[in-house]
Amino acid sequence: MTEFLNVLTDHWSLFGQGFGNTVKLFLIAGVGCLVLGVLLGAFRVSPIPALRWFGATYVNIVRNTPLTLVFAFLVFAAPKLDVNFDYFTAAAVALTVYTAAFICEVVRSGVNTVAPGQAEAARALGLSFGQVLLEVVLPQALRAMVPPLMSVMIAMLKNTTVAAGFSVVEAGAIPAYMAEFGEPQFYVLLWIAIGFLVLITPLVLLQRVLERKLAVAR
Amino acid sequence: MSSSVLYDLPGPRGRRRNLIIGVLASLAIVGLIAWVIYRFNATGQFEQRRWVQFEYQAVQTELLNGLLATLKAAGIATVLALLFGAVFAAGRLSDHRILRVPSSAVVELFRAIPLLILIFFGYYVPLQYGWSISNLWALVVGLTLYNGSVLAEIFRAGVNAVPRGQTEAAYAIGLRKGQVLRMILLPQAIRSMLPAIVSQLVVLLKDTALGFIITYPELLTVGKTIGGRLAFGFPYVPAYLVVAAMYIGICGLLSACAWWLQRRLTRVRTTAAKPIPLNDVGRQV
Repeated sequence: MTEFLNVLTDHWSLFGQGFGNTVKLFLIAGVGCLVLGVLLGAFRVSPIPALRWFGATYVNIVRNTPLTLVFAFLVFAAPKLDVNFDYFTAAAVALTVYTAAFICEVVRSGVNTVAPGQAEAARALGLSFGQVLLEVVLPQALRAMVPPLMSVMIAMLKNTTVAAGFSVVEAGAIPAYMAEFGEPQFYVLLWIAIGFLVLITPLVLLQRVLERKLAVAR
Repeated sequence: MSSSVLYDLPGPRGRRRNLIIGVLASLAIVGLIAWVIYRFNATGQFEQRRWVQFEYQAVQTELLNGLLATLKAAGIATVLALLFGAVFAAGRLSDHRILRVPSSAVVELFRAIPLLILIFFGYYVPLQYGWSISNLWALVVGLTLYNGSVLAEIFRAGVNAVPRGQTEAAYAIGLRKGQVLRMILLPQAIRSMLPAIVSQLVVLLKDTALGFIITYPELLTVGKTIGGRLAFGFPYVPAYLVVAAMYIGICGLLSACAWWLQRRLTRVRTTAAKPIPLNDVGRQV
């Protein structure tokens, strides 16, 4: 038991740095994929066929590509195209590009849960497009979007570990460093698992609360 | 676009405006594609020397072996994950608390831990004790624990989606618990969850690419080997494009299969259960 605790206390700074970078990556990629994902989602529900096609193609390509491949492309292939990132930026971009496809799907299906009659009724009352969107459609669509959006974010937090395979010192990279110190890896991995449980549990609880709060009878 | 909730059918003015935006958007998209092609061309990615190795039989065999290694890991993990899922779904659906509580704990735990960390458990821990376990099995262990837990949730949802009346009617005609599950619940549940299972297999197949990180010689690892050859001018870009096309092709086919099953399910209605939703994004990221 003391050995188990020592693994954490002896390498406090490594765990701190690792999980610090994990959280940083999560926050940066979180904002990035929300912006890109909502934009793509807006494309997919727009009346412009070219934009709808672009959104659909993006989603279909990215959804069927492994995240590890996106990482590998940005780290190994992008420099050959004279596009140079440092490892952390590459990781943030990879997570953004990949996760945005799923955010896009959430936005699209969220908007589609609103019954067309709602908007028709709003237009019949003489509301403008902006009013229909802001007062009628979005309030209902957002309720349907929040729980799956949280699931995507939780999955993205777990996906940050893939960056460990591409030279970013975050939580997933801790075992590789520990191997050099000869620390018992089982304990190291248990601590990392506990770290992720600590990060994820509040998000899961928040999701359940929001789900209950936002549930609407249709 | 009358199907969208957001817009009415456009009138003449709206049509003109949409046309203008559409043309501008098309130009932007074409511009983006042209820029990418220009970038490829300017850095010499279309040069013959960077693509020529894909004509060599040895390289084609290399790619095929990578693909087979990917499919092998995915195949073994699929079988084990289905078993794992079935066992723990049965545990969670059990009437006995002593089975239900630990099963729930296991399923919730493995769903919360990142897949790569689970793979590391299979990779670093045996290494430390000097047990020899191949990195294929390290990958399979991780994939099984994670996807098995997700599948357990799908199975549970599938059984729960069969209306209560079915179970009650089955008990009323004198069937025992095992018979109700085997003869009434499972045949209907499997039909309702088959599309979701197939779409989870796409996720599993994609996740085999994590084998790259523990140097399992799967498709992505082969891609890096092919891309890292000096003699061909480090053709990373062509190599990853070919590998990506292979992944997208296979996963796309499987996804299409899942959608076909889902459509068929709503059409044929051979089950009283509601289909388990396919587009559960949290599962697929």
